[in-house]
Amino acid sequence: MSELPGNPQLLVWLISLPLLGALMSVACRKAGRWTAMTAMIGNLVLACLLLAATQDGTLRYALGGWEAPLGIALYADTFSAMMIAITALVGAVISGYSLSYFATGSATERSFWPLWCLLLTALNTLFLSGDVFNLYVGLEVLSLSAVALVTLAPGLAATRAALRYLLASLMGSLCYLLGVALLYYAHATLDLALLADLTGDGPLERAALALMIVGLLLKTALFPLHFWLPPAHAGAPAPVSALLSALVLKGTFYLILRLWFDTLEEAANQLGTLLLGVLGCAAILWGSVQAIRATRLKQLVAYSTVAQIGYLFALFPLLGHATARVTAFDSMIYFIMAHACAKGAMFLAAGNILTVAGHDRIAELRAANLPSAITLFALAIAGISLIGLPPTGGFIAKWLMLQSAFHAGSWWLVVVVLLGGLLAAAYVFRVVAICFDRSEVSAPTDTAPRVATINPGREWSALVLALAALALGLLAAPALALFDATALMG
Amino acid sequence: MSTALLFGLCGIVLFVLGLYFALTTTEMLRRILAINIMGNGVFMLLIAAAYQHDVSGLPNTDPVPHALVLTGIVVAVSATALALKLVCRAHELAAEQREEGDG
Repeated sequence: MSELPGNPQLLVWLISLPLLGALMSVACRKAGRWTAMTAMIGNLVLACLLLAATQDGTLRYALGGWEAPLGIALYADTFSAMMIAITALVGAVISGYSLSYFATGSATERSFWPLWCLLLTALNTLFLSGDVFNLYVGLEVLSLSAVALVTLAPGLAATRAALRYLLASLMGSLCYLLGVALLYYAHATLDLALLADLTGDGPLERAALALMIVGLLLKTALFPLHFWLPPAHAGAPAPVSALLSALVLKGTFYLILRLWFDTLEEAANQLGTLLLGVLGCAAILWGSVQAIRATRLKQLVAYSTVAQIGYLFALFPLLGHATARVTAFDSMIYFIMAHACAKGAMFLAAGNILTVAGHDRIAELRAANLPSAITLFALAIAGISLIGLPPTGGFIAKWLMLQSAFHAGSWWLVVVVLLGGLLAAAYVFRVVAICFDRSEVSAPTDTAPRVATINPGREWSALVLALAALALGLLAAPALALFDATALMG
Repeated sequence: MSTALLFGLCGIVLFVLGLYFALTTTEMLRRILAINIMGNGVFMLLIAAAYQHDVSGLPNTDPVPHALVLTGIVVAVSATALALKLVCRAHELAAEQREEGDG
């Protein structure tokens, strides 16, 4: 345990500070944005402190002094601290973007800040909670605030997308809750650590694990359960799309990983691991092909998320492998971080293009007004990270994954990863080529529509996230040293 | 014991019925109702789990699942409210669009 005083209380503050931010930003309506921003900055500081504290060992805090099995425990190791830190970092940059995205004082803006604070509360709860039912409540807060954020976009399409997202999410939560009920039926405890000791390989555990995983897969949008994702992520306002794609999916994915490889490890069998891997590979190919066929930029970026989620699951067979698992785990955390930065940057850049051009139909972007080079540069760097070219974070993730696949002798995975890279190159360059090839743009005439201008803050936030994806590639060794792959998989 | 098992099995049957209708029906209101039935199935199973952990044979039941069900009901009510509100809004927007199309 660390020497620093009051350390486990960090866990409580990481959940209560964003919650306080949400309440305060509702209370002071005019200054809501600033109270929310204060909470975001505070959360970033706390996340850094947590990352430092977990280097010396795991933290555990029993809420109200009630120990498990009766009380609810909060728990953090280096893996959860990394997730909290990347969420805080990407979230803070997206908040900066939102400051100039939403019109000051509008109803949309006043709803955005409390909802985004609640979303962050839910994410931090998911990463820190050590109690399966508390996780269920976290999941519900997450999906309710995420759905409400999608409805901030006007129009019928966005409302329908939000409804679809909500219903899919509710069904996922209830499957998870049924799993929790079965576990409680069998072992009369809700604590993750106690369950890890108690559970074996019985039929009840298997059924509970299957139900929980299927429910969470629906929320994580693994192919073929991704049907709700493209309309919701493409239809939401730009900062919301960035939050949903970069962060929300990672929350539920984190939970799948914890349950599968930690808490219910004995019930998870090799066939299931292989099935998740195969579905991941299918997601990579299907998502990429759909991204190539997409006619709108935001739709393209949303389908690219379906493909990138596929990589996380394609790693599952490697994570189950005895010798390849440590590299595979490094690769997984790198995929999560690189995708959070790159996809955030890409959605923010797409939002800038949508505002300036007035539409995001890819074929017509050639002749449209585009934002300045800063946004296009951000789009290009983020795209390079998604393809997995050096020197970006995406490259490190794929390199580690290939290394692990060679180690395990999984040649089929190598083929899928390389093919996925090629397909990603096809959809990224399709957009980048159009944005950078301005030869067909004629000189502005009197009939040309007035050019919409955007706040430079929006362009720079997109670039900052893209540069973070680049920095992940350049600083791979220190970043990997921050967390201990063996912590999760004993 | 057999009562708890009966309740538990009924809960699972309710869940499966709700799941079936939530997946097959296309009408949103019915789908929301079906999801609520799924939820009720889970709550029934949880209550049965409270019965299960009766140690001494006396009718003393485990209070934890009751707390869970209460929390679950609160969550279900708020989620249903949000879903209903979204259905209403989609309905209004669709009507507006139809009017614009006619006019």
